[in-house]
Amino acid sequence: MHRNITYALVGNPNSGKTTLFNALTGSNQTIGNWPGVTVEKKTGKLVKHHDINIIDLPGLYSLSANSIEEVIASEALTDNPPDGIINIIDGTNLERNLYMTTQLLDLGLPLILAINMNDELESEGLALDPCLLAKRLGCPVVAISALKGKGLDELLDLLNTPETTLLPPRHQLTYGEDVEALVSKVSEVIGKAYPESQVRYWSFRALEKNFIGKLSPNQREQIQGLIAEYEKSHDDDIESTLALARYSKIDNIVSGSIQGERKSNLSITDRIDKIVTNRWLAIPIFVIIMIIVYGISVTTLGGMATDWTNDVLFGEIIPPAVEGFLQSINVAPWLESLIVEGIIGGVGAVLGFVPQMLVLFFMLAFLEASGYMARIAFIMDRIFRKWGLSGKSFIPLLIGSGCSVPGIMASRTIEEEKDRRMTVIVTSFIPCSAKLPVIGLFAGALMGGAWWVAPAAYFLGIAAVVVSGLILKKTKRFEGDPAPFVMELPTYRLPSLKTVLRSTWERGSSFIKKAGTVILLSSIVIWALTRFGIENGALATVDEIDNSFMAIIGNSIGWIFTPLGWHSWQSAVATITGLVAKENVVSTFGILFGMAEVSEAGNEIWPQVAAHFGVLGGFSFLMFNLLCIPCFAAVGAIKREMNSASWTWFAIGYQTVFAYGVSFVFYQVSLWLTGGGFTVVTFLALAVLALAVYLAVRKPAGKASSQLAKSEA
Amino acid sequence: MLNLDQIKPGATVKVRKVSADGNLQRRILALGIIPGSTLEVIKVAPLGDPIEVKLRSSNLMIRKEEAQNISVEEIVN
Repeated sequence: MHRNITYALVGNPNSGKTTLFNALTGSNQTIGNWPGVTVEKKTGKLVKHHDINIIDLPGLYSLSANSIEEVIASEALTDNPPDGIINIIDGTNLERNLYMTTQLLDLGLPLILAINMNDELESEGLALDPCLLAKRLGCPVVAISALKGKGLDELLDLLNTPETTLLPPRHQLTYGEDVEALVSKVSEVIGKAYPESQVRYWSFRALEKNFIGKLSPNQREQIQGLIAEYEKSHDDDIESTLALARYSKIDNIVSGSIQGERKSNLSITDRIDKIVTNRWLAIPIFVIIMIIVYGISVTTLGGMATDWTNDVLFGEIIPPAVEGFLQSINVAPWLESLIVEGIIGGVGAVLGFVPQMLVLFFMLAFLEASGYMARIAFIMDRIFRKWGLSGKSFIPLLIGSGCSVPGIMASRTIEEEKDRRMTVIVTSFIPCSAKLPVIGLFAGALMGGAWWVAPAAYFLGIAAVVVSGLILKKTKRFEGDPAPFVMELPTYRLPSLKTVLRSTWERGSSFIKKAGTVILLSSIVIWALTRFGIENGALATVDEIDNSFMAIIGNSIGWIFTPLGWHSWQSAVATITGLVAKENVVSTFGILFGMAEVSEAGNEIWPQVAAHFGVLGGFSFLMFNLLCIPCFAAVGAIKREMNSASWTWFAIGYQTVFAYGVSFVFYQVSLWLTGGGFTVVTFLALAVLALAVYLAVRKPAGKASSQLAKSEA
Repeated sequence: MLNLDQIKPGATVKVRKVSADGNLQRRILALGIIPGSTLEVIKVAPLGDPIEVKLRSSNLMIRKEEAQNISVEEIVN
C-alpha cells in the first residue's frame, strides 16, 4: 500500500523542532534551501514508513508574514497544502506557543499537536492534561519529550494511521461576536480569491493588514474600510484586538489543563544568566568563550587537521602515489599534470577545509543548541546593528580571521536574512591566515618587515567591514523595514550529542556538495591557463609561466590596474593565481622573479618586489589583494550561503569595486601628498572618496519617506 | 504614562498599549506582549541596549528603540 502522505512540521524557535524532526525521520533526510533565499529546507521520510513525508518548516512565532521565514511557511501551507500539520510546542511556554497553533487551526487542515518538554514540566511537579487540550482545541494532542524520546511511539502511531488522524479540526476556534462579525464581512470581500477552505485564514491575514497575496486593489480598499470602521467604533487598533482575542482564547483553553503549582523561585536559566549576561561579567565571559572557539577551531585542533589534510594527505601522500602510478602506466606528462596538479589539487582545496569546518560547526551547533548563541546577540547587538549586522555576526568575522570559508559558513546562525547576507559579503574583508604571507611579503619588501603592517592590515579589514555595512545597508538590496529584534532568550539546555553531531555533519557535507564544484572547476581552469600557452606559434604545454595563457591574460588586463599604481602583467597574474589561494601570490612572484622556491613570506624576492612596485604601488597592490574577491573556496562558500546567483555576483562585484576604490584613492592621494602633483586623476580619487563618505553617511531613502509619512499621519 | 524602555531593571509593569507599525507590531503582539500582560524588566544588556524582560515563563530581549512603542504602567508591590 503506497499512501504518499505529507506532513508539515511547524513550531516556534527553541521548541525542540529539529530534535523531533531528527527523531521522526532518522537518517532519511534531504537538506537544501527554499528557492532563492538563504533559509534551509529539510525534508524527510518517516522512520520505517517511507511513504510518509515530513517537511520541516522554519521555526516561527506566528504566521503573520513578518519575516522571510514566515512567508515561506505560509506559502508552504497554502499554495500546495500538506495533508496534515504536526505542530510542536514547548510545554514550558504553552500560551505563547499556542498563539501560532490558533493561526494554524484557521487553515482548517488536519493538525496534530505535539507538546514537547513534558519531562521538564514533570520535573517541576506539573502535570499536563492532553485530553482536555485535545477536547478544547478539536485536534489530537500528544505529550512528548523529543530529547528523551518519550511519547514518540504514540506520535508515530498517530502519523501512521492517516485514516483516523487526517481529519479536519473537530470545531473552529471563535473569537467573540464582534471579531467574528468582522471576519465574516472580510470573508465576503475576499470571496473566491482563495480556495473556500482558506478564506478564514486569509481573512485574518488581511485583518492584520498583511496584504501579501491575491487581493485586488479594490478588495484591499474595502477591507481597509472595514478595519477603519471597526477601529473607530472600538477605539483600539485591529492588530491588538486580534492578538488579545487569540490570547484570551488561549487562556480559556489552557486553564485547568496543567495541574500543580509553578515554583516561583529563580529557574536555573535565570541563575546562569545572572552571571553570563551580567553587566560586568558578560563581556569577559564572551571573550573567553570566543578565545576557546577560535583556539580550538583555528589555532589548535581544527588548524592542525586542516594543515595535515593540505600538507600531508594532499601534499606528501596522495600526489606522489598517484604520480608514481601514472608514470608507471606511461601517461602523457600533460595528463599527469592535469590529474595531479589540477584535479587532485582542486579536490584537496575543497577537502582541506573540511576538518577545520567540522570542528567549528561542532562548536557552533553546541553554542546554538545550548542557548548561548542568543546571548551573544543580546551582548553584541548594540555595536553590530549600526553596521547593518547582527550581534551574531561577531562569530563569522572572528572565524574569518582564521579562514573566510568557515567564517562565511558560520553566518548560518544569524536569524535575519539581511543580516546574514551582509555578513556573508563582509566576512572576507578580515585578513585570513592565507593572506598573512602576502602581508609578510610586502611588509618585508617595502618596510623592512615593520611590525605595524600586519595590524594595519587587520585595521583595514575592520574598517572595510564597518564602511561597507554603512554603505550597503542603505542600498536598495538591503533597504526596507528592519527586522524586528524582539526574540526569546531560550532556556539553557544541555544539547544531545546526536543533535550536535548531525548539525555538524549537515553543514560540512553541504559545503562539500554546494561549494565543492565551484572550487574544483576554478582550480582546474586556473591550472590549465597556467600550464598551457603558445610556444613557437603552436598550442603547447609550457614550462615557463611567461609563455602561458595566464601571461597573455595578465598582459591584456594589466592596464586596468594602472590607476592603482601597478600595471605589470606579473602583478595581474599574481592577483589571479591568488584567487585559487591567497598565499599563491607569494609563490607566483617567486616564479615570476626567477626563484623556483621561496620561503613563506618570500624573503628571497624582497628586493625585486620593492623595485618592481615601489612603496605606494606595493601597498596599493596589497590592499587590493586583501579586499578583492577572496579565494575561490570562499566564493564557493558565498554561493552556498547566498543560494542565489544574483546575490553571489553582487557580493564579489561589490568586494572588487570596493577594493579597487580603496586602492585607487590610497595610491592617488598618497602620490599627491608625497609631492606627485595634483592632476585630474587626483581630483577623481578625491571625488571617489567623497562619494564613499556620502554613501556611508546619507540618510536611507526608504526611512526618510516612512518617517515623513508618519509625521503626516 | 511610561514606555517600556524607561523602566528600571527589577520593576514589574503592566502593558497598556502597543503602538508600533506593521511587522514590529505583529511580532510584539505574537510573542504575547499585549495590553494587560505583566512584564518584569530583568536587565539591560552590558552595552546599554537591548533590554531583557520576563513574560510569563519566558525571557525576551527587545531593543530600547522598539520598547519605546510599548506603553506601560508600573505595578507597585
